Amino acid sequence: MSLLITMFPQVLMDGIVLGFMYALIALGYTMVYGVLQLINFAHSEIFVLGAFVGVEILLSLKAAGYLSAIPPFVLLFALVAAGMAASGLLAVLVERVAYRPLRGAPRLVPLISAIGASFFLQDAIRLFESLWRNAFYLTYPSVELFDRRIRLGAAIDISLKSLVVIVSALLMLISLQLFVNRTKVGKAIRAVAEDQMTASLMGIDVNRIISVTFLIGGAMGGAAGVLFGIQYSLINPYTGFIPGLKAFTAAVLGGIGNIPGAMVGGIVLGLLEAFSASYLSLLTGGAFGAEYKDILAFSLLIVILIFRPRGLLGEIVAEKT
Amino acid sequence: MRCMWLPRFLALVATLVMSLSVLASQAAAQKGVIKIATQSPLSGEQSALGEGLKNGAQLAIEKLKGDLEKLGFRVELVPFDDQAKPDVGVANAKRIVADPDILLVIGHLNSGVALPASEIYKDQGPNLAMISPANTNPLITDRNYPNVNRVCGRDDVQGEVGARFAKEELKVKSAYILHDKTLYGQGVAEFFRDMAKSFGINVVGFEGTEEKANFDPIITPMKAMKPDLVYFGGIYSQAAVLFKQAREKGMDKALFLGPDGMDSSELVRIAGKAAVGMYYTTVVGPPTIYPEAKDFIKAYKARFGKDPEPFAAQSYDSAAVGLKAIELAIKEAGGKKPTRAQVSSAIRKIKNFKGITGTINFDGKGDPVKAKYFIIQVISDDPAKWGENKVVKTLEIAAPR
Repeated sequence: MSLLITMFPQVLMDGIVLGFMYALIALGYTMVYGVLQLINFAHSEIFVLGAFVGVEILLSLKAAGYLSAIPPFVLLFALVAAGMAASGLLAVLVERVAYRPLRGAPRLVPLISAIGASFFLQDAIRLFESLWRNAFYLTYPSVELFDRRIRLGAAIDISLKSLVVIVSALLMLISLQLFVNRTKVGKAIRAVAEDQMTASLMGIDVNRIISVTFLIGGAMGGAAGVLFGIQYSLINPYTGFIPGLKAFTAAVLGGIGNIPGAMVGGIVLGLLEAFSASYLSLLTGGAFGAEYKDILAFSLLIVILIFRPRGLLGEIVAEKT
Repeated sequence: MRCMWLPRFLALVATLVMSLSVLASQAAAQKGVIKIATQSPLSGEQSALGEGLKNGAQLAIEKLKGDLEKLGFRVELVPFDDQAKPDVGVANAKRIVADPDILLVIGHLNSGVALPASEIYKDQGPNLAMISPANTNPLITDRNYPNVNRVCGRDDVQGEVGARFAKEELKVKSAYILHDKTLYGQGVAEFFRDMAKSFGINVVGFEGTEEKANFDPIITPMKAMKPDLVYFGGIYSQAAVLFKQAREKGMDKALFLGPDGMDSSELVRIAGKAAVGMYYTTVVGPPTIYPEAKDFIKAYKARFGKDPEPFAAQSYDSAAVGLKAIELAIKEAGGKKPTRAQVSSAIRKIKNFKGITGTINFDGKGDPVKAKYFIIQVISDDPAKWGENKVVKTLEIAAPR
């Protein structure tokens, strides 16, 4: 019993780190859904691209011997910025190539195109890395400072990089919220999400705004990719699939199309997963191990969605006709 | 005048030699082709080991095929990529048995793949010989199939060796056991658990996981229980990430132990300093431990540009003993191409084959009569120094009946 209590703060911390990661990825799904009512299945690969850009930069710096010369926080900033740029541009490109030509088509058509883009990108990354490094399972080199641990009381300590994940995710989420609600472009995004036709009558260039939405959603995914790599080290072209699926779930849980909802959904899912994984085995006397975490987490999700079908923060939106 | 006939004579000799060699090569082609297949993961996260397995067999065939060519057969290697997945291994096995020229399979890396694939070799081959350089699950040979053999040790013994070492040398009081839910990983973890319990080690946890990236939910409860030892039954690709994250999360004191799946330089490439000092039990020593393997290491480096991975030398031996058996089978068949069943029975007839990893004899089940087991400690986080890992203990144990 005492074990259950001493573990609690640590599990809470694990869940929060994981939750923020999901939240960052979920934003990409939710923003795109907001403006296009499209589930962008290629988003998990856009996320992975960020992770690969980060590891490529780190490995090149390491090979050149500069890795220890650069101050870690400058390095972190550069990595996240590069990952955001690459993933953001990729997201815009995917929209331009795979979705825009299908703008008028029935809703299922771009969905299939999205799945196709996802497969294409997975294997494109694999092909490139196989030719370039002769390996596509890559490991983030460790940056000594980030591996340091900070003790918070007796039972809990947290590595600096987990703290980095939480702080950078928070900063990005807050700035995104400000951007969408306080700027002109943000207003345009909200207008397009509400009604494309009317928005274009008001002089908004709808295609440009959709591109901007993909750029921002992709950039958030790219940042999440870099942070994911720093936190969990090992990445491969298929790494994105499971986090992508979970983040999509988080977006639905929070209320898809709703930006604060994505954050809340991500954190709730992260906590559910961490707690079920860590406690399940102890509470059931070893009968159900940590591998049942997804079953428990998703069962709870279904229960939540039964009572709140539009998600935790979802508004009742009139069906579009 | 003498100078006149000498060039003519030389020309005549040259023509004769040339026509003879043409005849000889025609003779080689006349009796047909004998193909040897390898099955191992050539892509994916375990490809480092899988490729070493293929390369070892390739080297043996290139070096030793002369004996069969003298008997009039051309020898070819056909590598298959089983991707470490049972379904892919079985699909490949069906393609292998469909090619009548294939008389021998060297493989697999993973017991979970070898088990279903060898059913195909036995039933549809029929009795197509398989020699495994790496499969340690007891079931591989406990089925008593006439065509399935291995040159390495077994997991039941390996689990016991590990548990005994943990108790007697490391003097641990408690252990937390994890595995990857595969036939191999869970199997060896269960043997370790049972033996550890019987030696009086307190097993505080036993969990399976397919997780590859985020081990937080496993490490947090594990850390809270403060085990002296963490045992991971599985492959380095998962274990390395787990060990790395466990150290990062502050499990400074726990010792790490694992089975032969840990044996790859990739382990330290991923885990870095976290893996230094950990132990693993294995059925194959580093190639440098075998005195006969010096030339092999040199040849391997020259041919493939890198050091042999673990199991490469065993794979070389598997192919070498297989070639010897095929030669024997050809002779027994009166110089004709033998059937698959004849090759399988010839393998069991080979006595005291001098391989580069030791003397090979198969018992009635296809296990080596005596197998070596090693306990090895990782000494450096530099992947290039993997081959220099410290051999803490070497044991020679007969396969259980």
